[in-house]
Amino acid sequence: MAGQSAHPAHQLDRAAALGRRSVISNPNAAIDAVAGGLAAAGYIATRQIATAVYLGGALQKPLLVEGPAGVGKTELAKAAAVHLGVPLIRMQCYEGLDESKALYEWKYGKQLLYTQLLKDKLGSVFAEQDDLTSALRKLNGFDDVFFSEPFLEARPLLRALRQEGGAVLLVDEVDKSDQEFEAFLLEILSDFAVTIPEIGTYKAQTPPFVVLTSNGTREFGDALKRRCIHLAIGFPDAALEERIVETRVPGVAPRLRALLVAFVQQMRVLELKKQPSVSETIDWARTLLLLHVEELDVAIVRETLNVLLKFEDDVKAVAAQAGELLRKAREGALRN
Amino acid sequence: MASAVSPMVGFLQAARRAGLRVSVAESLDALRTVETVGYDDRALLKDALGLTIAKSADEKRLFDLCFERYFNRDGVFDLPPPPADDTLDDPLLSGLARMLLSGDRAALTDALERAGIAAGVSDIRLFTQTGGFVQRILERLGGEGLGRDIERLREAGRIETAELLARLRDALRAAIRALVERNLDLSARPDANFGEARSAGRFSSLDRREIERMRVAVRVMAKRIASRYGSSRRRRRRGFLDVRATLRANMGHDGVPFITHWRRRKIEKPRVMVLCDVSGSVAAAAQFLLLFLYSMHEVVSDIHAFAFSSHLIDVSETLEREPVERAVQTIVQAIGFRSTDYGRSLRDFAKGWMDRVDRRTTVIVMGDARSNYTDPSIGVMRTLYARAKRVVWLNPESRWSWGLGDSEMLRYATYCHVVREFSRLRDLELLAKELTVAH
Repeated sequence: MAGQSAHPAHQLDRAAALGRRSVISNPNAAIDAVAGGLAAAGYIATRQIATAVYLGGALQKPLLVEGPAGVGKTELAKAAAVHLGVPLIRMQCYEGLDESKALYEWKYGKQLLYTQLLKDKLGSVFAEQDDLTSALRKLNGFDDVFFSEPFLEARPLLRALRQEGGAVLLVDEVDKSDQEFEAFLLEILSDFAVTIPEIGTYKAQTPPFVVLTSNGTREFGDALKRRCIHLAIGFPDAALEERIVETRVPGVAPRLRALLVAFVQQMRVLELKKQPSVSETIDWARTLLLLHVEELDVAIVRETLNVLLKFEDDVKAVAAQAGELLRKAREGALRN
Repeated sequence: MASAVSPMVGFLQAARRAGLRVSVAESLDALRTVETVGYDDRALLKDALGLTIAKSADEKRLFDLCFERYFNRDGVFDLPPPPADDTLDDPLLSGLARMLLSGDRAALTDALERAGIAAGVSDIRLFTQTGGFVQRILERLGGEGLGRDIERLREAGRIETAELLARLRDALRAAIRALVERNLDLSARPDANFGEARSAGRFSSLDRREIERMRVAVRVMAKRIASRYGSSRRRRRRGFLDVRATLRANMGHDGVPFITHWRRRKIEKPRVMVLCDVSGSVAAAAQFLLLFLYSMHEVVSDIHAFAFSSHLIDVSETLEREPVERAVQTIVQAIGFRSTDYGRSLRDFAKGWMDRVDRRTTVIVMGDARSNYTDPSIGVMRTLYARAKRVVWLNPESRWSWGLGDSEMLRYATYCHVVREFSRLRDLELLAKELTVAH
């Protein structure tokens, strides 16, 4: 807290982009502004999500987003980038991801090519040297030529640190990466600086806004969690989901929209292998729009179920009780 | 700044006591969060703090509970509108009476909180302290002056105002009591609660609400132990350089170590077979044991569970199919509440599953060893003892009663590696050590 005032000015600039300056007196207005900004980018956020994005900016902390697949974790990062007006830099995690893929690599091909091209030049430089020792000494003076910025291939992490004016760094599906990588990530997230032995230390002028997403396939170490703001996104309630569908698929008539959302909500109560997510609801709404469906009936539901469900067993289970579900959904939609 | 900090420090302490793990770094984050969002909007504060402090579904649930209790400001009652007469102009009127009569609810709430903090109410540990704290807080608020005011008003013939003030005093007393009780609730942390502080904290005498809280605590504890154990496993994976094997492998290279060999100590995940007595008196303990073991699946790879009372059945399938809480109820309904027959149950086990017990198996038996004077089948225990890696007996009864009446505990104990009393949450932690220690 004592360090609050000692924050470098550039850090505050980014915070100001998130509405911080106007905010200390009125955080609610700032959060409304964030929610509005996200909505303008096509992302309907709950109050909690908007608060999390706001806090991530105000406290300069990475945002760890957990939740089932398809609830809009990645979308949130994209919308945040649009809202902040900075580029989105995305890094997809997978098993075996390492520093050379995530941080930087030397352009070996280019280095080789340049050595070939400069052969003559090198030859003339070394021609004056009469013995091996002095040639080596001469060479030592030159070696950094090929390990300098033009030969550096920046990978997402380094790109995010070097991006002028800041960026949104999306580290997607962190749970897929190895424990070693998680530890490495920690180092970067704690001080937004990275050291390349041949060149020196890069420190982010404007720290990126970091969003980590996870499907929860494995537990993270405590250290990572402690450094983040932890946001759990679940399935939205009917009202919110309707608003999302309204934004993403504007052509659907209100009555159909209410009914289809109520139907999906009913399906989530069932014990399915993979419950339909928001992204599936949107796909389904698009499908129905494409088929010019105006009224949902059992036949249409059965025909289009494979948009919503990704397992044969699930499709069978839902198809069997489609009528019942539809009836309940109608009741639910009427009540709202 | 100081005013912004103090309620948060109290809250963080309460959160820790409730079993949330809040590191120092997170406390600082929480304080910065509060600085940013302020205290004005309760829902916003809750959202924001939840995001910074609670980092898993279990923790979020605990956090909600804690927050609701701690920042519960509905405790202060509604005040009547200020009286129309000139009572408030009386210079002799005490500050507290003025506050009550002027209908300033916010000021009263604030004063109450302050008096609570000054009296150290968050340090309350036992419900027997309640009365003392109520008195102390009332004194700090200026309760004495209030008594004098009532007397004085009555003597001055303003009976109505005096009556009103007396009623308000009673309401205030009730509000203080609610505040103290809320703090008692918060400070009653699960493990202390079920440790020495309250002897009623035994598994067998929990009420429904406490069981709910216990479940959360058991899960949190299992997680903690599992992650601690997991990290030591990872560390050991690297191993030490095996000099002899390395030299041997590199003979062909003139002893230059191109190929390295590493010596690894293989750490096996224990395979656990657990036999639970589910007859009436010990069913509660069985529930927590099963819940605990199944929450530790990261540490314990292979659990095979059996339940017995008059005879023994294999319940692994039920436990994998349903959440533990419900599964235990199903099992208890199926075979529980009959007179226990340890001899027959052990023989059932020997007949069906003894050949599955090998030197990697840890066998846990949970029961009071009260066999209603039937044949205890000591022989089966002897065989188990010889075959298994470890035999652990957990007895929910107090140690002094072992061997009294129809208890066969002491005879069984001969053929156990470890015999433990198992009646409190703390005992689960000891059990975890037992399971994860490499033997």
